[in-house]
Amino acid sequence: MPPEPRRRRRPSPSWDLAVVGVLLVVLIVASTTVSGFASSRNIGFLLLDVMVIALIALPLTLVVVTGEIDLSVASTVGLTSAVMGSLWVSGLSLELIVVLCVVLGGVLGAVNGLLVTGFGLPSLAVTIGTLALFRGLAFVVLGDQAVADFPADWTGWAIGSLGDTGIPNAVLPLALLAVGFVVILHATPIGRGLYAMGNNTEAAVFAGIAVRRTKFWLFVATGAVAGLGGVFWTLRFASARADNANGLELLVVAAVLLGGVSIFGGRGSLFGVLAAVLLLGSLRNALQLVNVSSDALNVLTGLLLIISVVVPSLAARRRARRRPGGGAPPETNPVPTTAASTGGP
Amino acid sequence: MGVVLALVLLLAVTLSANPRFLSGQSLRDLLLGASILVVLAAGQAMVVITRNVDLSVGSVLGLSAYATGTLLVAAPGTPLPLVVLFGMLFGAACGLVNGAVVAVAGVPSLVVTLGTLYVFRGLDSIWASASGRLQINAADLPGGFTALGTQALLGVPLLAVGALIVVLAVGDHLRSYRSGRELYAIGSDGTAAGLSGIPVGRRVLTAFVVNGMLAGLAGVMYAARFGTLDATAGTGMELQVVAAVVIGGIAITGGSGTVWGAAVGAVLLTVIGAALPQLGVSAFWQQASIGVLILLAIGLDRALALRTARRLRRWDTRAT
Repeated sequence: MPPEPRRRRRPSPSWDLAVVGVLLVVLIVASTTVSGFASSRNIGFLLLDVMVIALIALPLTLVVVTGEIDLSVASTVGLTSAVMGSLWVSGLSLELIVVLCVVLGGVLGAVNGLLVTGFGLPSLAVTIGTLALFRGLAFVVLGDQAVADFPADWTGWAIGSLGDTGIPNAVLPLALLAVGFVVILHATPIGRGLYAMGNNTEAAVFAGIAVRRTKFWLFVATGAVAGLGGVFWTLRFASARADNANGLELLVVAAVLLGGVSIFGGRGSLFGVLAAVLLLGSLRNALQLVNVSSDALNVLTGLLLIISVVVPSLAARRRARRRPGGGAPPETNPVPTTAASTGGP
Repeated sequence: MGVVLALVLLLAVTLSANPRFLSGQSLRDLLLGASILVVLAAGQAMVVITRNVDLSVGSVLGLSAYATGTLLVAAPGTPLPLVVLFGMLFGAACGLVNGAVVAVAGVPSLVVTLGTLYVFRGLDSIWASASGRLQINAADLPGGFTALGTQALLGVPLLAVGALIVVLAVGDHLRSYRSGRELYAIGSDGTAAGLSGIPVGRRVLTAFVVNGMLAGLAGVMYAARFGTLDATAGTGMELQVVAAVVIGGIAITGGSGTVWGAAVGAVLLTVIGAALPQLGVSAFWQQASIGVLILLAIGLDRALALRTARRLRRWDTRAT
């Protein structure tokens, strides 16, 4: 699909700043008006709740920046969780199992990457297929049973916090990974290459960027991180189940898009995405504390997502109309296209 | 048509394992199970052909089913055609929201319908808890309505007849009407379609409204068949529907495929679920096999496209 970067760009380069701003407002308002929100115990719960979403959003942001998508991440979480459970039952040491699970995640990501970059198939369709396939394999591996007898020091670590701060232990490794991904995307030639291929794949190829190889390894990285997410999910709930993290893919994609990453690629930042993950998490947490039902929160999540694409689009259109002699009137080509149809002819 | 072949093959293998697989009651169950998915796939086909996607259909089905149930509880005497019309209008309104945001604001349908997936489902739950009736049971619904779900016309379940009519109507429209052909043009190259005078925005909007309407109809069918309605009806159905459409040979990148393929894809998905236990395979393989089918379908589609491109190139060089 030939990219049309001019129309597809987000009009405001400061979208991520806006998300950070809204996050700060929510945090300030919530901690002054909602009793119990600012307690270290509650902040700990909040962080623990968004941990896996934040974790998977890191590599997925890079994938979406290149103009691809991966809908199979939650199924990878489920499959690694199921494999972790059956390996634990078979008596392997947990250290080895964790390594194997991350490797398994990488292999699953490589399947996606190979189908997308090797065979040139659209990533949206490929990862809907592997979403079903990986989830199905999870049930084949573990059926509908649950493995729960993980050692208490491991599961305790997963829900435990650093001293009395309330900050979960897992924040540390997550922060390290986040720094790594931020550096790659925002401070290296690799990162600039990702934006380039999201904006214009052909130009990126001519500029000497190894588009296919880079995308392949991005899918591998996404799978490996999702595998790590599966390990963490299993330990946190002390339960390996085939249906773990069912439906999580939609939440992660929602967080990435709300964070200002364009579904067409080429635009967005990890700061925006991490702020969006925290924004969604704190909003839900604060509203739950004042007894707003989770159904209302889902409506809010959906509306936020729609607003986050509609407002910039309408603003861009108004700007285009106001510019003297500026561009074609937008009505002539409002061709809505789904994202992620890459590797096209 | 690879998908028809796959279906015939699966039926043949299953029949040889259990000759009674397609007899009487089990065939009726199969048709009943498939008809709701077929109706959803027919609507989704129109949307995907325009290179869009509607992820909110499961939520629209749930919302329309609950609305239909509520109407029947409040006014049990409502004539059945009116009830069906009500459900369809309700779904169409949801589709209008999707289509309006996509076509008017010019934003990607994947994002919009991911958003409305949450919004419609949330409204459904809020409605169910606010009305104080978290679940509507078959006993609350008039017998004439629930009978729709079990009645048969000349031995064929009524719901399957309805699904067939929907597929015939959508298929005819896509094949023989200008507005139907234009959906393919939009999916192939939206800019070119717009330049050649096709009202792109209006056509896409219509595709979403019709899809919503059919999801509403599917909601009515769901209510009639199961009789038990809560706010979770149709949850997760969006992926099954998209899978049916893709397996049925409609390219996710738009512009090609038929509603017949989508319908056969939906039937195939249903048959797999029923056939696996007959073949002595654990039902846990069902979802995995659906995944493999999707991958095979898009792989085949790609291979055929590459072959066509090669042949055209050869023809081109010979001509010069």
